[in-house]
Amino acid sequence: MANEAENLTGAEIVVRCLEEEGVEYLFGYPGGSVLHIYDALFTRDHVNKIQHILVRHEQAATHAADGYARATGKPGVVLVTSGPGATNAVTGIATAYMDSIPMVVLTGQVPTTLIGNDAFQEVDAVGITRPCVKHNFLVNDVKDLATTLKKAFYIATTGRPGPVVVDIPKDVTAHKTTFEYPATTELRSYKPVQNGHPGQIRKAADLILSAKRPMIYTGGGVVLGDGSEELIQFTQSLGYPITQTLMGLGAYPATNKQFIGMLGMHGTYEANMAMHECDVLVAIGARFDDRVTGEVDKFCPNAKIIHIDIDPSSISKNVRVDIPIVGNIKNVLQDLVKEVQNNTRTVDEAALSKWWAQIHNWQEKNCLYYDHGSELIKPQAVIETLYELTNGDAFITSDVGQHQMWAAQFYKFDKPRRWINSGGLGTMGFGLPSAIGVQLAYPDRPVFCITGEASIQMCIQELSTCKQYDLPIKLICLNNRYMGMVRQWQEMFYDKRYSHSYMDALPDFVKLADSYGHLGMQITQPNQVENALKEAIALKDRLVFMDFITDPAENVFPMVAAGKGQHEMVLSPLSPQMPVERELA
Amino acid sequence: MRHTISVLLENEAGALSRVAGLFSARGYNIESLTVAPTEDPSLSRMTIVTHGSDNVIEQITKQLNKLVDVVKLLDLTEGAHIERELLLIKVNVNQVAVCDDLKRMTDIFRGRVIDVSDSCYTIELTGTGDKLDAFIKAVNPKLIVETVRSGVSGIARGNRTLRT
Ligand SMILES: Cc1ncc(C[n+]2csc(CCOP(=O)(O)OP(=O)(O)O)c2C)c(N)n1
Repeated sequence: MANEAENLTGAEIVVRCLEEEGVEYLFGYPGGSVLHIYDALFTRDHVNKIQHILVRHEQAATHAADGYARATGKPGVVLVTSGPGATNAVTGIATAYMDSIPMVVLTGQVPTTLIGNDAFQEVDAVGITRPCVKHNFLVNDVKDLATTLKKAFYIATTGRPGPVVVDIPKDVTAHKTTFEYPATTELRSYKPVQNGHPGQIRKAADLILSAKRPMIYTGGGVVLGDGSEELIQFTQSLGYPITQTLMGLGAYPATNKQFIGMLGMHGTYEANMAMHECDVLVAIGARFDDRVTGEVDKFCPNAKIIHIDIDPSSISKNVRVDIPIVGNIKNVLQDLVKEVQNNTRTVDEAALSKWWAQIHNWQEKNCLYYDHGSELIKPQAVIETLYELTNGDAFITSDVGQHQMWAAQFYKFDKPRRWINSGGLGTMGFGLPSAIGVQLAYPDRPVFCITGEASIQMCIQELSTCKQYDLPIKLICLNNRYMGMVRQWQEMFYDKRYSHSYMDALPDFVKLADSYGHLGMQITQPNQVENALKEAIALKDRLVFMDFITDPAENVFPMVAAGKGQHEMVLSPLSPQMPVERELA
Repeated sequence: MRHTISVLLENEAGALSRVAGLFSARGYNIESLTVAPTEDPSLSRMTIVTHGSDNVIEQITKQLNKLVDVVKLLDLTEGAHIERELLLIKVNVNQVAVCDDLKRMTDIFRGRVIDVSDSCYTIELTGTGDKLDAFIKAVNPKLIVETVRSGVSGIARGNRTLRT
């Protein structure tokens, strides 16, 4: 019986394909073009293992699926209707694309007979999403539906991952065909590489062992490629210093002494200086983003560069590299560890200890300094306290702004997939919906969303979704009454002309949380921070919205201003170590 | 430098716009782009003529390869290759002297007159872009009614090939 081909509608096929892919959660929002699919979900509800999560805005569906994918490594799956459903999803698709997150987004489309007629709720979803997807499809015939979905999952999850959109016209979901889900798929035009070139790996090992001032710089690719274990082995076998990008945090344990902090625009003094002074740079799963390199002409002026990445187009895009290695991070690192071990050279310990002495010297600047005696709540202190109370073991999602940078600087991530933030697109509104995806994936684990009073208002409607599905997320709102990051730039680069960056007419977040059926807390005094956090953490089965009224004048330091080299950082003006090459008055 | 890149891609709806979109989104320049199905109807072959520094050309080939619809590509400029372009040109011929002149020139350039009306000749000419330019220059500009060029198609010489 099992082999007997079934005659199913397109809508039923969609649901069955998702079941075959082992999809646990489908984040969606119904509408005219996807009603057949919603009907198929309804009638199959008693047997399927897919739980549909009804969000309150399609942007949140994509962010929630994205958060789920980042936390689990499995693809996030989204279902939205045509027209406004599809356009609302675009921000989340672009967010996932910029950070290479595996996602499959099903968009409804008007019937094939109406495509191109400016029909009700018609947009060219394939056209609109083309620049922000790994690939997309329009399914014209129900016979192609199952194979297209198979391809979509395959493309989204292999190679350099990314979002794939499948646009499905309504009539295709009504038509019937025999259902057969292909076990595998092959595309002649798409063959992701696996292993790195052995010759290149050998050359890389030689260069790595010849280094006097080596530096390891890793990014989100290590997290995405599940290469954490291999990275730890590689780094620890050499004893070299390591820095990670905003997207890479957690792949290498932050509490290990070889980790010298995040690099880039708000990276640590020691990490950016070590990048600038190193003679051999090993870049792993990182893409030399402008927020990392600062002015490229001043980037790593003395270094020979090895770059390991799965995407050939990432190599030598922004910065020329000497030894490119294209391949899956995990495989390449395994091979590289072996090459290093079997190499006739060994680490130059004398040079290395001189190098570490120099780095320790830089560390003495205490670049993350902030005023611990303030009468106002310092945002950094909230994160530090949270870190201590959760033993560094929580899932942390973030919105975009100063709070995101403080979270990255002060929460020491020891494991990959714990730090969930929109690094590439920098999407305000990402924090809460992505926390939904994470909390669903790990119902028994603590999930915190660190946000600002501006960002949270961009997807605040999702408090309702959290109520419906009983998600006990803890929101840490660092409320400085400003779009803090914007205010910081205006203070530093626009002569304190605070143009439209003040958050006026804020809601009472405590009452707001209450009206959604959650618990709200407002914390105004530094000495209340710890107890308030303890209290919220103890409320294991409730969402708590914690509104921390923080120092509105606090800025994120160190900072590499636009156009500056990574060694030209500004440190906190309050720091006892100031002034350090302070270029900005 | 000027590069001529041949691309084999899936003959699917949207494949062309992916390539065109890539060039505009990343600010690459396109001098010409031609595309048509190959002898295998599931594949299209495209010839793109572009300009850029070595770094830019390297990125263009990598980004093209990254498109899921692109099966293979070959930078023809890296070896000996042949480029051809088609020109159709319509010329006003209301005087006998002009007619003779034009026929002679067409012969010299190995073109053909393919349509004749009371007032116009339409001439077909293939060759490199330079040759077509030279022909157009040789015709009195006042007499040119309209021109259309196909853009460059290219193929490598000898054993170098682009096939699946
Ligand atoms: C959707 C979107 N719009 C605008 C921006 C530009 N932007 C970056 S940070 C920021 C301010 C964020 O303010 P808030 O959420 O209060 O965080 P804070 O910086 O104060 O911690 C803005 C407007 C953005 N990143 N995303």
